[in-house]
Amino acid sequence: MIKTDILIIGAGPVGMFAVFEAGLLKLRCHLIDALPQAGGQCSEIYPKKPIYDIPGFPEVMAGELIDNLAEQIKPFEPTYTLGERAETIERLEDNSFVVTTNRGTKHNAPIIFIAGGLGSFEPRKPPIPNIKNYEDNGVEYIIRDPEIYRNKKIVIAGGGDSALDWSIFLTNIASEVTLVHRRNEFRGALDSVEKVSELYKKGKINLITEAEVKEINGDLKVESLLIKHKTKGDIVKETDHFIPLFGLSPKLGPIANWGLEIEKNAIKVNNALDYQTKIPGIFAIGDVNTYPGKLKLILCGFHEATIAVQYAYNIIHPNKRYVMKYTTVNGVTGFDGETKKAEAAVVKSIT
Amino acid sequence: MEEVDVTIKITDREGVLHEVQAPTDMGMNLMEVIRSFELAPEGTIGICGGMAMCASCQCYIKSEHELPEMGMDEDMMLAEAFYVEDNSRLGCQIPITSELEGLEIEIAPESEVE
Repeated sequence: MIKTDILIIGAGPVGMFAVFEAGLLKLRCHLIDALPQAGGQCSEIYPKKPIYDIPGFPEVMAGELIDNLAEQIKPFEPTYTLGERAETIERLEDNSFVVTTNRGTKHNAPIIFIAGGLGSFEPRKPPIPNIKNYEDNGVEYIIRDPEIYRNKKIVIAGGGDSALDWSIFLTNIASEVTLVHRRNEFRGALDSVEKVSELYKKGKINLITEAEVKEINGDLKVESLLIKHKTKGDIVKETDHFIPLFGLSPKLGPIANWGLEIEKNAIKVNNALDYQTKIPGIFAIGDVNTYPGKLKLILCGFHEATIAVQYAYNIIHPNKRYVMKYTTVNGVTGFDGETKKAEAAVVKSIT
Repeated sequence: MEEVDVTIKITDREGVLHEVQAPTDMGMNLMEVIRSFELAPEGTIGICGGMAMCASCQCYIKSEHELPEMGMDEDMMLAEAFYVEDNSRLGCQIPITSELEGLEIEIAPESEVE
């Protein structure tokens, strides 16, 4: 069981900054995120997009903001459970919580911060009528173990980096790789597009463009696909696996069933005080929360995280007094004891 | 004072028609108008904020209005969206201007996630 002071669900910018504010109060944090990397939407959707409303940064790339936050929280040694989704929560007799992920990893903490943004990122499913019947029977939305495709025929659908990169990678594993996309153009990185084009010319990838998978057929498992081509009509393609890679979309998911008050797909919190939810000990910060006047801005999430951490401290240490300290005065002391602070002014007399 | 609102007819995902007054002077786009009138649940529209990177604001254009030409980002995003029709556009890429008076649109279905 992973134990920490504040368990943060969601490793986006707001969850990450909460680590810094908690660290100043000597509280340790552990972060859970469904994505394989920290940064939330900033890393997953728009790392190369500039953000203009982070105070003090006239312009900062979303990916750069995440890199900076990672650097800023380093002294407070955050730990992570990545690529797993927080699934269930239970309260123990000592009032602390146990959060278990979809992979069964258990985490124990007296305080939970939900900083899940719009939810955990889940693969988007193409609207093929019977697709659900074949999930895990030849249809996979995420490639977890490439080995299951060894010497198998596979069809990948999509036109982004993920579809291109996996098509390239799986040519060395699968017996046959077919990439289906609705256009002739691909949205992925130029390198990947060129590589796919090269593999296509060598006959290592079948490319079916201006086409869409419309039907899945097979007895119990995927056996063939009906692909509709824009001009050539229907194509029946025999295959063992169909892997639709159409990107990810956020979904509030299991958190919606944790007994919290949900309004407009977000968690209601007490914004007049501490950003706590209706369950004492569970706070919600950033885009995942709602209250009168809520703005879904990273900078507002930073503020919410800072306030919430102060109250979390009071719950963890009910009898301990402290006052908020300025980093300019005291610097930042990491958990390894090292302090980063301004150099003392030099006093020298003129003789 | 000069009238700066345009009337837009929006059919929501439940098939209900709404007639709304959208300002032309606030730099808003169609996705933001839908959000401001709460015609689609929060968290199901404008997920990427309006960067043509998620297709959650896909709309079908029902009237004959001349719209700004589709940019590369929008075109490529629609190439990977679901329920796409010939009249599909991303709401976030359509700024509200006086030319849009009387525009009729329908919000496309939400795509399912695992």
